[in-house]
Amino acid sequence: MTTIPLIALVGNPNAGKSALFNALTGARQKVGNYPGVTVERHAGRMSLPDGRPIELVDLPGTYGLEPTSPDEQVTRDVLFGTQEGERFPDAMIVVVDATNLDNHLRFVLQLRELGRPMVVALNMVDMATRDGLTIDEAVLSRELGVPVVPTVAVRKRGLDALKDVLADLSTAAATPDTSVDRDIRHYQREARRIAAAATVEQPQGRAFTRAIDRIVLHPVAGPIILFALLFIMFQAVFAWSETPIGWIEGAQAWLAERAVATLPESFLRDLLVEGIIAGVGSVVVFLPQILILFFFILLLEASGYMVRAAFLMDRMMSGVGLSGRSFIPLLSSFACAIPGIMATRSVEDPRERLTTILIAPLMTCSARLPVYAVIIGAFIPARDVGGGVGLQGLVLLGLYVTGILGAMLVALVLRRSVAKGGKAGFTIEMPRYQLPLPRDLVIGLWQRAYVFLRRAGTIIMGVTVALWLLASFPQAPEGVKQSEYSVAGRIASGLEVVLAPIGFNHEMSLAVIPAMAAREVAVSALQTVYAIDAGDDEEAGAAALGQQLSSRWSLPTALAFLMWFVFAPQCLSTIAVVRRETNGWKWPLFMLGYLFALAYLAAGATFWIATAIGL
Amino acid sequence: MRLSLDELPYRTPATVTEILWDSLSESDAKKLRNFGFDEGVAIEALHGAPFGRDPIAVRIGRMQIALRRAQARAIAVTPGSAAQA
Repeated sequence: MTTIPLIALVGNPNAGKSALFNALTGARQKVGNYPGVTVERHAGRMSLPDGRPIELVDLPGTYGLEPTSPDEQVTRDVLFGTQEGERFPDAMIVVVDATNLDNHLRFVLQLRELGRPMVVALNMVDMATRDGLTIDEAVLSRELGVPVVPTVAVRKRGLDALKDVLADLSTAAATPDTSVDRDIRHYQREARRIAAAATVEQPQGRAFTRAIDRIVLHPVAGPIILFALLFIMFQAVFAWSETPIGWIEGAQAWLAERAVATLPESFLRDLLVEGIIAGVGSVVVFLPQILILFFFILLLEASGYMVRAAFLMDRMMSGVGLSGRSFIPLLSSFACAIPGIMATRSVEDPRERLTTILIAPLMTCSARLPVYAVIIGAFIPARDVGGGVGLQGLVLLGLYVTGILGAMLVALVLRRSVAKGGKAGFTIEMPRYQLPLPRDLVIGLWQRAYVFLRRAGTIIMGVTVALWLLASFPQAPEGVKQSEYSVAGRIASGLEVVLAPIGFNHEMSLAVIPAMAAREVAVSALQTVYAIDAGDDEEAGAAALGQQLSSRWSLPTALAFLMWFVFAPQCLSTIAVVRRETNGWKWPLFMLGYLFALAYLAAGATFWIATAIGL
Repeated sequence: MRLSLDELPYRTPATVTEILWDSLSESDAKKLRNFGFDEGVAIEALHGAPFGRDPIAVRIGRMQIALRRAQARAIAVTPGSAAQA
């Protein structure tokens, strides 16, 4: 295994490196982690024209060899052969954007000093042509002294030529040369000279990107477009998911029916039907909504719009002591706080980064969607409030906005107390707009779906089964509710003393404990409790959770429960990531404390106000 | 005519004449160098963000970047692209 040559894919951010990686390796890739740091390692297999296998590793994009973030540190360490958990690469593919040679060639020149076998993938040559640039690859190759292959990664063009060059590259070992770190302006000037020599014609270009920017970065139209996009995104989460959710519910009902029909009445059948099928099913049913949300986030990122959103938001973020840079991890946190918190590595200022990590859980992650969806579905009428805008979607948007406002307030306080520090800056590259590739979107969505289903199959199923057991035993005598008499019921009764003042009933107290493991479990916990309480009355047990809730909870109680989930501390995996990212228990514990306090107060206030105004 | 990048009117091609590296923080200076900021490079201010027109979007060489006005003040420019390197 270790004899397979390792080739590193290196390049500036936005050079199309990942697209090239996807095009070269297809689905044969593995996402892992470098030991000790939270930088993801993307590796995959490809084969050369002569059949030899190659391992390709996609290194984090960087502008040079002087790291400004942990990601860039990994790239540097791998190239110098000092990264733990990575072999010293036998060769490099350096990806450059043909439309931005001035800048990208500087990194090529720096990498050339390493003295390793390398090939330059002159990527996005189609874009260069569209900009009216004609690049002479022969001149470029001669000036650089390394082979140059024109590619269009998104159209899989030039891949065969690239593989041919890789097959020819001498893989003779060379010792790493660590004397590269000279003043990079020297490389910059050399890069500009070579770029000018190799480029035949150089009109202004980027007409398409400039035209779009004039609209989406417009001081008035820009923010309107941004908020309209976010609004469409959240409406779509509900509107587009209805049909696929119906299919999953159908499949779930069919499974339960089959199990009841074929298995004899037994403890095992109850566990299967009430615990596993009802519990896990009530979570898996949200896969469509989660995928729709991730679809939009991947789309915004891949198209180049995400950075524009950061640009539009920078001023507002700076008002609470953050910058537009924090906007990207925070928006990712709407899908899941874990990738969001990991994405804070691109925030250079350590205090801004800490603040961003601490407020990331207030961005409503997709795991909370199941809880919101079920409660909203049960209590908010599916009414059209005019213009095709649904009331349910509006309430959902309101919950998201509440989380955002809470986050802003917390950031303001943190930046004046525990994370005090100078004003953070905001410098970021604004890449050209690109039509996202369906292939890249599918690979991204597949990875999310896999992670979610694995969670459903492991943590969520484990917690659901444990809860079912705790909620089923000991068996309650005639006339006593099972959900009160069981072990879980007694624990919940203890907790209810604390939670009753904010309007929580017994089942809710029971649901918030396992929800600590994973948010979605709150839904399956409620489902399990009601399924058990229904007992032999199979029909009542099988009734949709929404109907159960709307007949048992008051509106103020339901609203308080929603508010609890806006602020309540997130799942255990998030806490683990915060511990890893902040190197200790101090900040995760701080986060737990402040979130619990906020959740309690917000849920309480909601309940008291809603009761007072007679809802 | 010599202006700071902060004062340069939008969509007016210009050339970087001087960068006051010492007035920038070390990390800001490193980032601007990474983006290719250097004397003699073509530059153009493109857009100002909403709510105060800060930060600004700038074309530097063949690249588009965003930076805050506080950093833009450290960059001296001359309108016109005569000095294009």
